[in-house]
Amino acid sequence: MSRRDRRAPREPRPMRPTWALLRKDLLLERRAPESVPAMLLFAITTFVLFHFGLGRDAVDGSLAAGVLLVTLLFAAILGINRLFVSEQAEGGFDAVLLAPIDRTALFLAKAMALFLFLSLVELVAVPAFAVLLLGPSPWGALGGLVVVLALVNAALSLIGALVSALAIRTRARDLIVPMIGLPLLVPALIAGARCCAPLLAAGGASWPAVKWLAVLALYDLVFGLLAYAVFDFLLED
Amino acid sequence: MDAAPAIELRGVSRRYGERYALRDLSLTVAAGATLVVFGPNGAGKSTLLRLLATLLRPHGGETVVLGEQLPARQWAVRGRVGLLAHDALLYRDLSARENLRFHARLHRLPEARAEELLERTRLGGRAEDPVRTLSKGLLQRVAVCRAILHDPPLLLLDEPRANLDPAAAALIEPLIGRASGRTRVITSHDPAGGLAEADLALGLRDGRAALLAPAAEVDASAVEELYR
Repeated sequence: MSRRDRRAPREPRPMRPTWALLRKDLLLERRAPESVPAMLLFAITTFVLFHFGLGRDAVDGSLAAGVLLVTLLFAAILGINRLFVSEQAEGGFDAVLLAPIDRTALFLAKAMALFLFLSLVELVAVPAFAVLLLGPSPWGALGGLVVVLALVNAALSLIGALVSALAIRTRARDLIVPMIGLPLLVPALIAGARCCAPLLAAGGASWPAVKWLAVLALYDLVFGLLAYAVFDFLLED
Repeated sequence: MDAAPAIELRGVSRRYGERYALRDLSLTVAAGATLVVFGPNGAGKSTLLRLLATLLRPHGGETVVLGEQLPARQWAVRGRVGLLAHDALLYRDLSARENLRFHARLHRLPEARAEELLERTRLGGRAEDPVRTLSKGLLQRVAVCRAILHDPPLLLLDEPRANLDPAAAALIEPLIGRASGRTRVITSHDPAGGLAEADLALGLRDGRAALLAPAAEVDASAVEELYR
C-alpha cells in the first residue's frame, strides 16, 4: 500500500472545512487574545530597543528594511509557536483529526489565520516603526510596502503552518520552530529586505526590482505546493 | 445484530518507544455489540481506543474497523467513529453551542443537529457559556454530544459515566447506551456495571489480553483479579 493510498481522496469542496477551521481560530483569538497581542508587543518593544541600541533617531534604506523585516520575522515566530500548541492545549485537536476532512484544510486554515494575525500586527507595528525609527516619510512607500509585506506574510504563514505542525509532534517544540523555521525563511527574508530597501530609501521611495518580487512570489508558490503535498503526513502518528 | 464484524483485530501490537502498550491482541466484535475493556491504569485501554479511532497506528498485526483496514484506509473510518476520551476534546474558550456547531460544520451536518443534542441533554441553559466554566458533569454531557453528533456507527467510550450524577447518566443513556444500536467499545473499572452492559469482556494487563470471553460467562471476581 503506497502512502498515497492512505490519504483521503481530495474533497470536491475543500474550502468548506477550511472556513470552519479558520472561523474557529479567529473566534478563539478574539475570545482569548494571545498571539496578536504577544506579537505586537514584541515588535514594538524591539523597535524601541533598536531605537536606543542603534543610537540613532532615524534609519533608512537597507538598514531600515533589515530592522523592519527581522523584527517581523521574530514576532512571527511567537505566533508560529502558538499556532498548533494552542490547538493542543485547548484539547479539541483529536476531534478535528477524527473529522472526515482533508487535512490540508487544517493547513490552509492555520496559514490563513497566521496571515491575518501578521497583517493585524503590521497595521500597528509598521506605523510604530515609522514613528520610532524610520527617517524618510513612509507615505510614498505605502503601496509597495503593502505588496511586499503581503508576500512576506504569505511566506511566513506557509512555512509557519508547516513547521508548527511538525513541532507539535515533538517534545522540544519551542526549539523546533526557530531551529527549522528560521533557516527555511532566510531566502524570503533576503528577498523581502531587497524589496523593502528601495521603498525606504532616504532619497524617496522607488518601486522594488521585479526580480526580487518574483523571488518572493516564487518562494511562496514553491513552499505552498510543498506544504500542500506533505502536510497530511506531518499529522500522522 | 448484523453478521459482519465491526472490529477485527489479529495479533495487533502498539509500542511507545520500546515499551509495548498493546501486544498480540486478537478479538472480534460483532456489529451492534458491546465490548467492555477492563484493566488497571496503564494496561493499554486508552491506547486500544485511540488505535481504533485511527489516532494511533498499529505497529503490528491486522486491524479492521468497520470493514476498513487500518492504517491503510483510515480516512474511510474517520467520520464513522465517535470518541469520548478522558479529555473532553472541546475548545475551552468556546461555548457548548459554538463547539458543537463547529464540529457540525466539519461533519457537514446542519447546525440544527447541535441544537437537537443540546436540548436532549438539557444543556440549553448553559449552551452559551464557555465550556471551561462548566462543571465536570456538564462538560461530560457536551463531550457526549460531540462524540455522537455525526451519528457514528462505532462509539469508543473511555469511562463514559465518569463525573455524571445518576440523573445525568440517565439523560445520556439513550444516546450512548445499548438502545442507541451502535457498536460500542467501553473502558470501565466497574466489574459488575461493566459486565452488565457488555456482550464481550476484555481484560488487559500490561497490554496483553488476560481475559477475553463473552460477558455472560465472566464472573466479576475474574475482572477484579486483573486489578490485584
